[in-house]
Amino acid sequence: MKNQRLQRVLVTSASSLLAVFVALCICAVILLITGKDPIQAYSTLFGAAGDIKVLQGTLNRATPLMISAAAVAIGFKMNLFNIGVEGQMRVALLATAVAGAAIDLPAPLHILFCLVVAMATGAIWAAFAGWLKVKRGVNEVISTIMLNFVALSLVAWAFDSFFTADNAPGVLLVKTKELPPSAWFPDIVERRLNGMFFIAVLVLILFYVLVWKTKFGFQLRASGANPGAARVTGVNPKRMVMISMLMSGALAGLVGMRALLGDVHAYQNNLAEQQGFNGIAVALLGRNHPLGIFISALLFGYLGEASGRLQLEDIPKEITTIMTGIIVLAVVIINEAVKRWDDKRIQHKAALALATRVVAQ
Amino acid sequence: MSENLESHSGPLAVELHGISKSFPGVIANYSIELMVRPGTIHAIVGENGAGKSTLMKTLYGMHQPDDGTITVNGHAVQFKTPTEAIAAGIGMVHQHFMLADNLTIIENIILGAEPTDNRGRINFGAARERIEVLMASLGATFDPGTNVSELGVGQRQRVEILKVLYRGAKILILDEPTAVLVPQEVEELFETLKRLVLDGSTVIFISHKLDEVLTYCDEITVMRQGTTVAHTTPAQVDRRTLAQLMVGSDLPDPSGRETKVGEDIRLQVLGLNVASEIPGAKLSLRDININVHSGEIVGIAGVEGNGQFELCEAILGLRPKLSGTISVGGSELSGSDTRTRREMGLSYIAFDRHREGLLLDSPLWENTFLGREENATLTVGPFIKNRSIEADSRVIIERFGVLTPSEQVPAFALSGGNQQKLVVGREMASDPKILLAAHPTRGVDVGAQSAIWDELRSARDRGLAVLLISADLEELIGLSDRILVMFDGQITADLDPNTATPEMLGTYMTGGEIVSPL
Repeated sequence: MKNQRLQRVLVTSASSLLAVFVALCICAVILLITGKDPIQAYSTLFGAAGDIKVLQGTLNRATPLMISAAAVAIGFKMNLFNIGVEGQMRVALLATAVAGAAIDLPAPLHILFCLVVAMATGAIWAAFAGWLKVKRGVNEVISTIMLNFVALSLVAWAFDSFFTADNAPGVLLVKTKELPPSAWFPDIVERRLNGMFFIAVLVLILFYVLVWKTKFGFQLRASGANPGAARVTGVNPKRMVMISMLMSGALAGLVGMRALLGDVHAYQNNLAEQQGFNGIAVALLGRNHPLGIFISALLFGYLGEASGRLQLEDIPKEITTIMTGIIVLAVVIINEAVKRWDDKRIQHKAALALATRVVAQ
Repeated sequence: MSENLESHSGPLAVELHGISKSFPGVIANYSIELMVRPGTIHAIVGENGAGKSTLMKTLYGMHQPDDGTITVNGHAVQFKTPTEAIAAGIGMVHQHFMLADNLTIIENIILGAEPTDNRGRINFGAARERIEVLMASLGATFDPGTNVSELGVGQRQRVEILKVLYRGAKILILDEPTAVLVPQEVEELFETLKRLVLDGSTVIFISHKLDEVLTYCDEITVMRQGTTVAHTTPAQVDRRTLAQLMVGSDLPDPSGRETKVGEDIRLQVLGLNVASEIPGAKLSLRDININVHSGEIVGIAGVEGNGQFELCEAILGLRPKLSGTISVGGSELSGSDTRTRREMGLSYIAFDRHREGLLLDSPLWENTFLGREENATLTVGPFIKNRSIEADSRVIIERFGVLTPSEQVPAFALSGGNQQKLVVGREMASDPKILLAAHPTRGVDVGAQSAIWDELRSARDRGLAVLLISADLEELIGLSDRILVMFDGQITADLDPNTATPEMLGTYMTGGEIVSPL
């Protein structure tokens, strides 16, 4: 009965693909309305796929998306919606930039130190939301959204007040003190693809093993599927909430590291902006599965990378942002519709299989 | 025993002829013949899964039959929606009440059928007047301005009936209305129904409780395996014949007990007090004392909500206790968490398999693994062994006769009886020392019921200690070695099942005469 499992995979992938297709169609209509030629736009957009530089950029852009999608997905697996990845990432960015610049270590250790600081601070920020939910029953959607604002304001204030470095003459952008080169995460392709890509892939692999192959992951999924049933078997729901919030926050801390350790090497105001939020879209499209997340992150990364080419054709590159938004909406709607249809199909099939078996006996 | 009933004048209230209805893979109803005379209480009896509810949904317009004709008051009808059935004077009182707690009785009754004045405002005065007339005809005495949250179960049911009458129903369908009532409330319900019938209404009464059907109903149609098998009256049959018509053969018998109660006390509850979740309210459990020996089934009778749920949760360590001790095999459990207690051999068939028993969207093999993550054959270190778990799941499915195409289908695809067998199988698979079984056969078909009873009995004979919580008094009397009655958070009676009768239990369950506990 392995084909049962295969069918589930097929149905799941098909519904995500359908969502992307629907989004492309809707965007085509939008392009038509604005007087642009959708065929030309799409051939420009997807024609860039052959370009090796575009592909390198795609992987580079996909790196933070994979990590932030994993951060969101681990919460989703037990019905926790961590919308606070952006805030957790921002707190971790500043903390890591400051701590990393303050000490001196040999290269691999320095990078490791930075990653640990990032994960710890992200986890601490997420712990507030977890604590509020466990102790006071505050819905994590509300608290993480609120904590995003707190994080953004707090980080902006702390950065402006304490951590801005003196600019070299002629440089307008305000930054923190630059990290020593020992903390720089090496590039795979100079200035195009950073090595953090491998960390992101590693995160997805570990995510898979943890959630699908361990006792803890099983309990996590059981708590998400039916908290009541998990509770009576002795899974402590509060403990699960706290642990998954901490893990989600720790991953959120890593999201900005490609930008910080691999690119800018100092904190600045718009560093890694939106990458925490975009992870939600990637996790939704990827159905919270590592492989789905990987593919979705590549797609979103590609759209971001190739959108620049649209401007050459006088097509606003914001069309890809619209596309991203519509994909998310389409995913949510189509997934639900497909799930209902598939549930019925499975039920009918089970009933049919049993009827024939009863007759056969 | 069939169509030789006295001839009648005028059209029948309801006549169903040759009705069939199938769902993919399942024939729910076929060649149904039903004749309901006006002004009678007509019982439709049959085991769970006999097709009673499907049939009533057909009559109420919730789905359309594949075949056959429906005649109401002499007119052939085809209902596409319940709204059309209501317009034809048919009303349905569902088993699960559909009332808004925070609204008054009036508001609940008129909801969706509000009388309005010409400016669109609700005319509460007119509504109240009409409701009071209806209440008088029912013999109901409560104030229609009361909030529904303040009503008891029996009164809520009365409100449901009023709701249907308010919409002009002359033919009432009641779907297992007595399932939630204690014997005394059942009597009140039938008094109400008798008044309705005298006023010219017709009642179709779905049940699988033979006693009340024989006592209170005028005519009986028996259903078995999707079709009507007999049409009779209480005067023409006795309990035993009716039961055999329903089941098609001899009744599955819960009894057959030889005492094999062991000497050692497996589960001991001493002086247990548990606070209510509502601050300031009285205790949920007061001074509970229970001993369950090895090889013993101790039954707990009681109307739901009298502390049975809290008792199970306290024993499992899911709910804090105020005072008292709970011991398993002599060792006190204070301070050990639920997981530890389970490791000590405590197993639990939860009250509601959907809410606490199953992961409905997950495949069966994950469901049979739930709660057994410490089982050494199914896991290595922190990792789970998917293949072993799937093989183990197949063993459980086979041993407990769960009807399923494979262990890969999600749990929601199974019928209720098979889901329950899966839960029972999982809880028995870890070879427990003590089993807390809450309603182990609720809502399952006869076959599954006797399979589960057999499992419980043979496990008991192998030395399992069982605390059996049930609303099915025959199950309690048939399986238990001792029956305790819970009322209002206390144990109010300790009875010998050989001498206990459902009537006695009913009295104790509603707080009648209290004998000293234990």
